[in-house]
Amino acid sequence: MKDSRRRFLKLAGISAFALIGGLGASGAQAQIAPGKYIPRPGGLKAKRWAMVIDTRRFASAEDYAPCIEACDRAHNIPHIPTDQNVKWIWTDTYDHVFPDDMNNHLNTSVRSRPYMLLCNHCDNPPCVRVCPTQATYKMPNGIVAMDYHRCIGCRFCMAGCPYGARSFNFVDPRKYLPDPYPNKEFPTRMIGVVEKCNFCVERLADGKMPACVEASNGKIAFGDLEDPNSSVRQALANNFSIRRKPSLGTQPGVYYLI
Amino acid sequence: MYNAKGVIIGIIVFVIIFASPFWLSWIGTDYTKTGVVLPQGEKQCVEDTEFMRANHMRLLDEWRDQALREENRAYVSHLSGKTFVISLQNTCMKCHNNYASFCEKCHVANSVYPYCWTCHILPEGK
Amino acid sequence: MLQMLFKASKSYYAWLAFLLCVIAVCGIAYLDQLFNGLGITGMSKDVSWGLYISQFTYFVGVAASAVMLVLPAYFHHYKKFKRMIIFGEFMAVAAVVMCALFIVVDLGQPQRMLNVMLYPTPNSVMFYDMIVLCGYLGLNIVIGWVTLEAEFRDAEPPKWVKPLIYISIIWAFSIHTVTAFLYAGVPGRHYWLTAIMAARFLASAFCSGPAILLLLIFAVRRLTGFDPGKDAVKTLSIIIVYAMCVNVFFYLCELFTSFYSNIPGHMEPIRFLFEGHGGHLAWVSYWMWAAVIMAIGSLIILIPPRWRNSRLLPFALIMLVAASWIDKGLGLLIGGFTPNMFEAVTPYMPTFKEVMVALGVYAVGALVLSLLWKIALSVKKISGHFSDQPE
Repeated sequence: MKDSRRRFLKLAGISAFALIGGLGASGAQAQIAPGKYIPRPGGLKAKRWAMVIDTRRFASAEDYAPCIEACDRAHNIPHIPTDQNVKWIWTDTYDHVFPDDMNNHLNTSVRSRPYMLLCNHCDNPPCVRVCPTQATYKMPNGIVAMDYHRCIGCRFCMAGCPYGARSFNFVDPRKYLPDPYPNKEFPTRMIGVVEKCNFCVERLADGKMPACVEASNGKIAFGDLEDPNSSVRQALANNFSIRRKPSLGTQPGVYYLI
Repeated sequence: MYNAKGVIIGIIVFVIIFASPFWLSWIGTDYTKTGVVLPQGEKQCVEDTEFMRANHMRLLDEWRDQALREENRAYVSHLSGKTFVISLQNTCMKCHNNYASFCEKCHVANSVYPYCWTCHILPEGK
Repeated sequence: MLQMLFKASKSYYAWLAFLLCVIAVCGIAYLDQLFNGLGITGMSKDVSWGLYISQFTYFVGVAASAVMLVLPAYFHHYKKFKRMIIFGEFMAVAAVVMCALFIVVDLGQPQRMLNVMLYPTPNSVMFYDMIVLCGYLGLNIVIGWVTLEAEFRDAEPPKWVKPLIYISIIWAFSIHTVTAFLYAGVPGRHYWLTAIMAARFLASAFCSGPAILLLLIFAVRRLTGFDPGKDAVKTLSIIIVYAMCVNVFFYLCELFTSFYSNIPGHMEPIRFLFEGHGGHLAWVSYWMWAAVIMAIGSLIILIPPRWRNSRLLPFALIMLVAASWIDKGLGLLIGGFTPNMFEAVTPYMPTFKEVMVALGVYAVGALVLSLLWKIALSVKKISGHFSDQPE
């Protein structure tokens, strides 16, 4: 009796192991669809997307308003009137945006200007490093993207991001969106997931520039950092630029002309 | 065996209850007769009906991963050779624009409740 | 051995019923959070972790502390701990259960929790934390149950548990190290970016965990007459004193590096914790100063042997547990997120509902502990290991 019980347990153990193995193998199985996957024809391509913001041409927060509004509309971003808000693009003062530069005698115009904040799409993104499910990941073109379907809402990425670029959906974002939703072509988010700026990856695939760039009237350049002739490389070659918290080694893809 | 009668009857009752989805389905309606209303005007989905009926959820899963992670945002149909932009909201729901008489009919009949629409936006008129 | 649970006093069952009521009431608060989101908590865009994660961290320490009984008993053959070991192991089980629940209640989408296993991500510390916690839970359940069953049957434990016990000793260190790495590896959070974070975690765990164990054992002694043995209590309190001294020393090391280097980023979180912001003390400052006073008070009582072995011991232990809880269960998280990524202050205070959910998890832990310890106590009674005088 005891012997047969042991045999049964062994068998059960082996079957469970085989089952898990089988499940694991099925995860790596071949494509389900009989057709072919291709990049979207007409999409914009780059080796490393980057953004250059000419802060000299944005004197006040109103100057940034069209960019922020364009982004909010394009991505159905809610306005929640608490500090549990969701932000993709927003503005803040020099001290808050570049806290490492503790210069008390900065020239007035640089100090008084507001600065636009968004996800930096880092070369070495800490959020990607810490995410336990690969819900946030880096694409070969330098964009740090998110799959909201996979996010478990652990918020490790928010602790990891040194730029405060990420927002968590503490409440149902739909309650704070106008009816009908501003952009019917783009999803909203749901409760319990993290979100952030996606460098308008969906617009790039459609052959369009990011919404904020389009709304900026040429004050924000967007292009391929690896291409010496691109608008961003030209802007960086001819102007003085800084990035946020460079000492952390994240290598942000967003540059500020000062 | 100790208390054999009770144990065997117990096992039988358990198996009957456990297998209830299978034998209840003989009483219920066939999965093809849920009364879904196919889109008007369009004859053909991205792949054939049999494949779509059995695999649409797995296809959507694969579409999402291909579009978001591989930047493959278009799909060339094996059936027609046509190219489709990968998008639940902007491709699938353009033809299947009646949620209540298409998706929901079948999902409710089969007791599955996917939560696509907490994020994706349903077409006008639901 | 489960049958032990059916032969208990009325007051024991009343205690269990009370815990179940607490769990049910707090469960309602959790359902509110599940349906309406973490908006019911005091967390925000800038303070994205709060009470839940800090309690998780604290109880990983409590779980790891079982090793302070197991290590002397098995590496140094210190026999006097043998009677108490099972209580340490079962407390570790309850603590890990609480840790797991604190993680679950902190998730925005707990339904998708298994994504951590479906998409294993070796670059995420969270992935390793999941592995070490599951492993530690399994180890302690198996070791605790098998050794207790052997005691129940008056037999030697099977040989295969020995290697598991040795593994569990190393494993205990790993769970708290990995938990420290959750914090110590993120750039830009000055308060966490310190190489001695893991060492600090272990030191604070090895004083507070055994202190909680001793306090609970004292309560059990009063309720049931179970006696852990005078020498065992003495030795364990010595371990607690050393660990607390190291814990305080490590914190002072942090203060030195921050303030002597004079680097603002390193000083600001500590200044916020103790001085508050804009000339006003923050609510957490009162707690932090209370922690300082209690830490000193506990050491004053614990260091001289005459006071340590007197009736003052429980009071010293209560102060020690409170101080370490404030340091790790409040200060660690609030200091990590304040100042925020813009070097500004976003205040955080747990809401009533958030505290309710946390209390619910505490109640689950108490329930698990009550069930396991009841079994252990009954077995000790039957096997004649209940006190120094065999019955």
